[in-house]
Amino acid sequence: MSVAVETVGLTKRYGDLVAVQELNLRLNTGEVFGMLGPNGSGKTTTILMLLGLTEPTAGTARVLGWDPTRQPLQVKRRVGYLPDSVGFYDELTAWENLRYTAALNGLPSTEANRRIGEVLERMGLQDVAHRKVGTFSRGMKQRLGLADVLLKQPQVAILDEPTLGLDPEAALEFLALIRSLKRDGLTVLLASHLLHQVQSVCDRVGLFHRGRMVLEGTVDELRERVLGGAYRIHVQARGAEVERALREVPGVVRVTRTDGDTYRVEARVDCRAEIARRVVASGELLALSVDRPGLDEVYARYFQQLEAESGGAA
Amino acid sequence: MSTQVAQSGAQAVARREGSPWTGLWAVVYKELADHLTGIRMQILETLMLLTAVGTVYAATQSIRQTIGEDPFLFLRLFTTAREPLPSFVGFLGFLIPLTAIALGFDAINGEYSRRTLSRVLSQPIYRDALILGKFLAGLATLAITLVALWVVVTGMGLFVLGLPPGGEEVARGLLFLVATLAYAGIWMGLSMLFSAIFRQPATSAMTAIAVWLLFAVFWDMLAALISQALRPTQYGGVAEELAQARLQLLLARFSPNTLYAETVIALLNPAVRSLGPVLITQLEGAVLGTPLPLGQSLLIVWPQFTALVAVVILLFAATYVLFQRQEVRA
Repeated sequence: MSVAVETVGLTKRYGDLVAVQELNLRLNTGEVFGMLGPNGSGKTTTILMLLGLTEPTAGTARVLGWDPTRQPLQVKRRVGYLPDSVGFYDELTAWENLRYTAALNGLPSTEANRRIGEVLERMGLQDVAHRKVGTFSRGMKQRLGLADVLLKQPQVAILDEPTLGLDPEAALEFLALIRSLKRDGLTVLLASHLLHQVQSVCDRVGLFHRGRMVLEGTVDELRERVLGGAYRIHVQARGAEVERALREVPGVVRVTRTDGDTYRVEARVDCRAEIARRVVASGELLALSVDRPGLDEVYARYFQQLEAESGGAA
Repeated sequence: MSTQVAQSGAQAVARREGSPWTGLWAVVYKELADHLTGIRMQILETLMLLTAVGTVYAATQSIRQTIGEDPFLFLRLFTTAREPLPSFVGFLGFLIPLTAIALGFDAINGEYSRRTLSRVLSQPIYRDALILGKFLAGLATLAITLVALWVVVTGMGLFVLGLPPGGEEVARGLLFLVATLAYAGIWMGLSMLFSAIFRQPATSAMTAIAVWLLFAVFWDMLAALISQALRPTQYGGVAEELAQARLQLLLARFSPNTLYAETVIALLNPAVRSLGPVLITQLEGAVLGTPLPLGQSLLIVWPQFTALVAVVILLFAATYVLFQRQEVRA
């Protein structure tokens, strides 16, 4: 599998403040990678370095084989960037705004018009193409932003906080559009602090904290690593032997009795069928449900653990 | 040459690849279209056109009444004032800075506040192209406006006076146009510089207007005060008065308004032979009131003219460096 984006020891300091520290990032071609973490954890700075808009203090980056610091034009020709809360020229229409982008990319006029029509239609904006962007809603602007990214037919799309400020429905629509980019074979780098929203579209994620990428892997891997069990199964059952029976189920990591008849089972695998079988054998099964903890919980738990460790060490 | 522009960063600066002017014309066309269609410019252009028509009409009226013989009658169109209206040049001195400031005050901070900067800079262009494109588009807008005004004035002259301008008058008129463009460039460069310094467009506009007011209203007073304080005339001698006058002139020439006024006077009035204090002994043998040839007039204002152009370049260079060092994120 070829590598689309790679950074080695990438570091950015602003005076004493370390914005990004020793980042080793690797994006394979065609995958959706999520850079997740709270505001100020170094996501946007990383993106700006990948685009050659900010110079790294140390380390190197390669985007599609080009060095963004020295060959930014080559990089920017092939990489589309949707900035955090993207802005347009309000007094121009959607079409005119995209015409400017096309001109900056050196597209000839006929080709530009064809592509603008295409991307606007794909984003569902063809009816408002000749309306001034000043009248657009946040969701429409965000879709226009994605149209702007797609206009240059990039190989890599970098999206910064793409769902921020969108209502839940618009956010879901937007995530579906991001999935469609992956189907087109684009490599997508996604930065967001809305972990629960974007986890569903990411092949792999990296969790950022204070300029460092502290965890990296698929969502399932992280869940496994941090929470131990990746599945949380709620069991409601009567019978004295139920708790012991639950513990003996293969794959179960922890069983806690929450109150009376209900138990919380953490398991590495989805072992609901086995649980059901054993509970029925030893008692009375009343209810059984599973919930998979989201990345929010993974993130929160990881830092609880980290704090506990450092507290213990001190 | 320009590929070596230094950017901030502790690292040794690596050479950038690709032309810094990629996309320059796209920026120029877009900005030019914005300026020419923007309501802001349309208002100012209308205002300028009205004043041009008004003042030149008044000038033609008074020219018809008073001056019978003048080899440079056409140039009087620009400079003749008739109560209560000032001359065309006088009006221009007010309107040009205003227009130029309006063109530049939100050039850079406007991109930040509209959150368009990072999107534009993520296109395959360097910042060099963006800043130079904005500057060139501003200058082009000013040039278009000024040429249009110039043509209106000349046309009115032809129409009302029924007199075609001579070759030298046209040459002087065109040089006046170039000098005005340089003067306008100063105010645009200044307001663009402020737009790079201040985050709020309102702040940069107000600061630019404050600087203009300083030079338009207070600078001459300050120059007079300072020169009187530093070179007082205690004994009333000629040497003392001359020293004071020279210092005052020197100080006054730090103002672009003074430089422009002097340039315009010498260009539009061929009879002007000196811009500084002149001693009676220096006038020996001079035939007062006779016009100078164009070359000699040009020679008189060459320092002023060079200074105007130099200030434009300096202001642009400062803006350029400042913008290159700015973070893309607001």
